[in-house]
Amino acid sequence: MSIKNISLSGKKVEASRKKMSFLESIYFIAILKGMMITIRHFFKKKITVQYPEQKREFSPVYRGQHVLMRDQEGRERCTACGLCALACPAEAITMTAAERKKGEEHLYREEKYAAVYEINMLRCIFCGLCEDACPKEAIFLTKSQEMVKVGMDRESFIYGKDKLVVN
Amino acid sequence: MKINIDGHIIEVDPGTTILQAARMIGGPSVPPTMCYYSKLDDCGGKCRCCLVEVTKGSEKDPRPMPKLQPSCVTAVQDGMEVKSATSERALKARRSVSEFLLINHPLDCPVCDQAGECDLQNLAYGNENYKSRFKEQKRTFEPEDIGPYIQLHMNRCILCYRCVKLADQLTQERVHGVICRGDHAQISTYVSRAIDNDFSGNVIDVCPVGALTDKTFRFKSRVWFNKPFNAHRDCPKCSGKVVLWMFGDTIQRVTARKDEYHEVEDFICNECRFEHKENVEDWVIEGPRKFEKFSVINANNYTRPLKKVKIEVDDLTLEGRKQDEKKISMKSSPYDEDELNAINEVKGE
Repeated sequence: MSIKNISLSGKKVEASRKKMSFLESIYFIAILKGMMITIRHFFKKKITVQYPEQKREFSPVYRGQHVLMRDQEGRERCTACGLCALACPAEAITMTAAERKKGEEHLYREEKYAAVYEINMLRCIFCGLCEDACPKEAIFLTKSQEMVKVGMDRESFIYGKDKLVVN
Repeated sequence: MKINIDGHIIEVDPGTTILQAARMIGGPSVPPTMCYYSKLDDCGGKCRCCLVEVTKGSEKDPRPMPKLQPSCVTAVQDGMEVKSATSERALKARRSVSEFLLINHPLDCPVCDQAGECDLQNLAYGNENYKSRFKEQKRTFEPEDIGPYIQLHMNRCILCYRCVKLADQLTQERVHGVICRGDHAQISTYVSRAIDNDFSGNVIDVCPVGALTDKTFRFKSRVWFNKPFNAHRDCPKCSGKVVLWMFGDTIQRVTARKDEYHEVEDFICNECRFEHKENVEDWVIEGPRKFEKFSVINANNYTRPLKKVKIEVDDLTLEGRKQDEKKISMKSSPYDEDELNAINEVKGE
């Protein structure tokens, strides 16, 4: 075998050179066959939905965007322990801890809190392992069907505490 | 002297304790320790985590010892037979002891800087104490300032006396100790004196829990986000052999090197520990530090050199046809004029 006949992709198929009959050459039957398939689909149940007016039903285990919860008194639960970042398989979470000062007891529950808490939504795979790892029940993946906002730069996908902490 | 621990027979010198003999054997028969410290004299017998069952006292007196013995302060006798990991009774007692230690422990691991390298965490997990049965109020103390370098969290203390013994044996003047009795016993300097001895920083490494932690590292990072490196410097006061905990190019903290039982190999001075964190050039970095396989510090740290994957696309496609070579535009077959124009057009935009 010469090198010219080798298919590099391995998908090369020789075209058939069979001569067509008269009936075949006017393509009437072939078009009819194709139209039958098209017409049959008019009467089938439609599988598309008119998003965003219509929304598809989600699975009960659906996981949407994250929130950082507050406790009953409105204090932030997160203590920046880093376990979510450790559990995250996509390494999407980063945080910086800070010490709570006197007079901030109504803002943060523990003596340590997350001064910076960022989730890179481009990296996140919504697996929910951060939720499982959290010892303080602070981070949750919501049932929110709102998708991450479209953006033109990467910075807009890094969600900080302003977008994550519930009000 | 011959001693049999869990079926392993070893010959030891007189005066050796059961724990030291077990450590010579190694493996699962080594009892866990919280207060015993091989580098300090007269340290041990307080936490009762290392209880073992002595099934045969000695060759002369083969009766078993009726109660479980703390292995760190019980001397070996000739012909002694000891059950450590194989004794159901000892394991159950150790489990109860760790439950007792956890009673007054605040369990604030998410906040604590020691989490990830904490002996009490290892002990609780090793003894399978996953649930707390204690519902009453835990003992709490007023926070106390003991100087610019060391942070004292009395709530987390398990009163192992390691820091007291260290201050007695390593430094000239001890200013802290255990004051009050019973439930009120606490580590304190009593008159709020600052601990400013040159080797006082070693109490941080010696502390098995997060009661004494590095104030300069407080809440900076969790231990498993840092990369530990062995490093040394010429220090007139100490050996200068340390572990640098790096995050990127910055030194987050400096600690002494610890052996497999989490005991410091060489004590280091405060200058090495606290005052050379700005410049990485002060240190000679030897290489990454290794930890036990189960340690969380290993997470995402690759100490073994990675093999570089080389994809030999060029070589493989060269075996094909000449026109395919051109399509892929490889280094060996340069771009033609049209392609170069197209590239420049895109770059010019």
